[in-house]
Amino acid sequence: MEEGELPWLLVNEVGGIRGILHSHVPFLKKHFHLITMKEFLENRKDVGKMVQAIYLWWHKPVIDKELLQSLPNLKVIANSGVGMDHLDLKLIASFGVKMANAPRAVSSTTADTGMALLLASARRLVEVHNISISPSMDYCEADILGVKVAGATLGIIGMGRIGYKIAVRAKAFEMNILYHNRTRRKVHEEQAVGATYCKKIDSLLQQADFVMLVVSLTPQTHKLIGKRELELMKPTATLINISRGAVVDQEALVAALQTGVIRAAALDVTSPEPLPRDHALLKLKNVIITPHLGIKTDKATYMITEEAVENILAALNGLPLPSEVLPS
Amino acid sequence: MFRSKASSLSTVIPLMFGQSNLACKFFHPVIASHGLCCHRSVIYKQRYRMHQLSAGRRTINTGTKVMAEGELPSVLILDIGGTHGVLEDLAALLKKHFHLITMKEFLGNKEEMRKKIQSIFVFECRPTIDRELLESLPNLKVIANSGVGVDHLDLKMISSFGVKVTNTPHAVADPTADIGMALMLASARRLVEGCLIALSPDTKYFAVDWLGVEVTRATLGIIGMGSIGYKVAQRARAFNMRILYHNRNQRRKEDEEAVGAHYCAKMEDLLQQSDFVMLVVNLTPETHKLIGKKELGLMKPTATLINISRGAVIDQDALVEALQNKVIRAAALDVTYPEPLPRDHPLLNLSNVIITPHIGTATVQAIRMMAEEAIANMLAALNDQPIPSEVFPK
Repeated sequence: MEEGELPWLLVNEVGGIRGILHSHVPFLKKHFHLITMKEFLENRKDVGKMVQAIYLWWHKPVIDKELLQSLPNLKVIANSGVGMDHLDLKLIASFGVKMANAPRAVSSTTADTGMALLLASARRLVEVHNISISPSMDYCEADILGVKVAGATLGIIGMGRIGYKIAVRAKAFEMNILYHNRTRRKVHEEQAVGATYCKKIDSLLQQADFVMLVVSLTPQTHKLIGKRELELMKPTATLINISRGAVVDQEALVAALQTGVIRAAALDVTSPEPLPRDHALLKLKNVIITPHLGIKTDKATYMITEEAVENILAALNGLPLPSEVLPS
Repeated sequence: MFRSKASSLSTVIPLMFGQSNLACKFFHPVIASHGLCCHRSVIYKQRYRMHQLSAGRRTINTGTKVMAEGELPSVLILDIGGTHGVLEDLAALLKKHFHLITMKEFLGNKEEMRKKIQSIFVFECRPTIDRELLESLPNLKVIANSGVGVDHLDLKMISSFGVKVTNTPHAVADPTADIGMALMLASARRLVEGCLIALSPDTKYFAVDWLGVEVTRATLGIIGMGSIGYKVAQRARAFNMRILYHNRNQRRKEDEEAVGAHYCAKMEDLLQQSDFVMLVVNLTPETHKLIGKKELGLMKPTATLINISRGAVIDQDALVEALQNKVIRAAALDVTYPEPLPRDHPLLNLSNVIITPHIGTATVQAIRMMAEEAIANMLAALNDQPIPSEVFPK
């Protein structure tokens, strides 16, 4: 590379339904020479050896052995978001490539999504909005009565950054907070949000009016919530999922919702996304499904790119990464 | 909850009850267990038996000619069940303390009933309280409203008959504040639009450039900082929101500091700085059309208007125009004027509007609490004790 030249950053595409947001491009171009996958594929050899960093935007481009082998000078892959379940961390590490995610940028916005879903489900917002705009406004009281949030019990499964921020918000609604996590939080952290630790997930499931899933997807959390867990929940309880679709056994969930084993569900994530158009979950009245809203705000998405750039520049300058992710 | 405003709307098409197959077929377990299903096909029995007075019931020392000893005081209600009546569950609560008389029973036997009625329980603005009704109830002492807003009651007129009016401020505050937050979050994150996409038969992918606006650290302007407004501020603070408020009177410093709220003496200042404007005022002559074309024009084009007070606080025509011309980003309304809106109203067709059917207190628990609060008010009034929540004409 010539002196003064910007390092080359590979992205999947710019614009369109899956690409890097146009509004982020000027910022990226300040620090990098931007290369798309299309341009790379047109000239693999020359472009390949120039690429030092990849910015993954909504899990693309797909990082496989072939790609890693064709990028001999790749130093770092920065992920837009905090979930890394779509990456083979060991494989990437074996090529001497560092990885980073963007935990700071996502946590508040994702916590907001969780609260939005909790409230919308408790008060049946989507159902009653549809009634309000329907041609006949045909309904009876039972159709619009929801359940209380203030004073209810929220069980948070996964009390990392995002889970904790949810606890902070829920506390202001005077909710009683239980949590289950791999490790227990510090006492002062628990006290600050009035959260009670449940060592056993069963205990949380049995007591909660709202169960919120805020875990990473790992082999341990795959189908964490299945038939058994759903049956432990109260019949008046609501399940909210803002982690990954695969954390829930979807078939078991459908059955539970159809037979009143639980009251309702609100899912920002499913498996796959989107669900097939004939999927049973799409037909249930007591389910809210949102299109992976997670971090989809103007500010959050911009902050994610900023955080990714910070990590990339640190890696390229041989400095410690703010949010490096190591294979477990 | 669906309410019609005053008697002028009594001729408007009532809620069509029809053959709503979905409406009553699917009962949530929690609703079923509370027995709150609608019974549109039930014809309620007209004859009432006198209640047996059970042990431990307190005797009511009211007017001597009104009722026989040991009898429960009579409360007039619109109906039990049906489209607009008191829910069955609540009726059971009321019957513990009162003898219930429905409007139908009253009208069917006015001479006998009129002297007995000492109180009226107003549920979702019904029955309508007019001069004619008040003149026919010589022993009426109190009108207990379920809910906090009393804009549907002519307080001066009622007072001129020596009748007290009560409301239920305690029961409403939490669920209404919750709805305000629910609407703000749903609108900001485009939850309803998102659901449509998630469910649409045409959806093949979720576009990544489909974005909402941030709530955390945004500025919330609360217009009306009473009990409900304050609870909204408490909740919003946990989202690190910057909170501005406008109120008739400034709150105490300690109260402001507890939620990090800044007072805006001028509503204009609040409108210009807020990302979210939430209306939490009572409807009075002063707040009628408080938000009109001028106020909407002062708001940011990226701002959202949320109304959980009364529909008439907003100039609805001005709002439609503002939304259509992108003067503001979006609106979320739990209340409109009238309720419900005519089916061809432009507000129903805008993708940047969320409308809910006045569900501020529509939870199983809140409905019950409001009834309990109203019962306490009525019992106090009938026993000449201090009334917990009396409302006085200005």
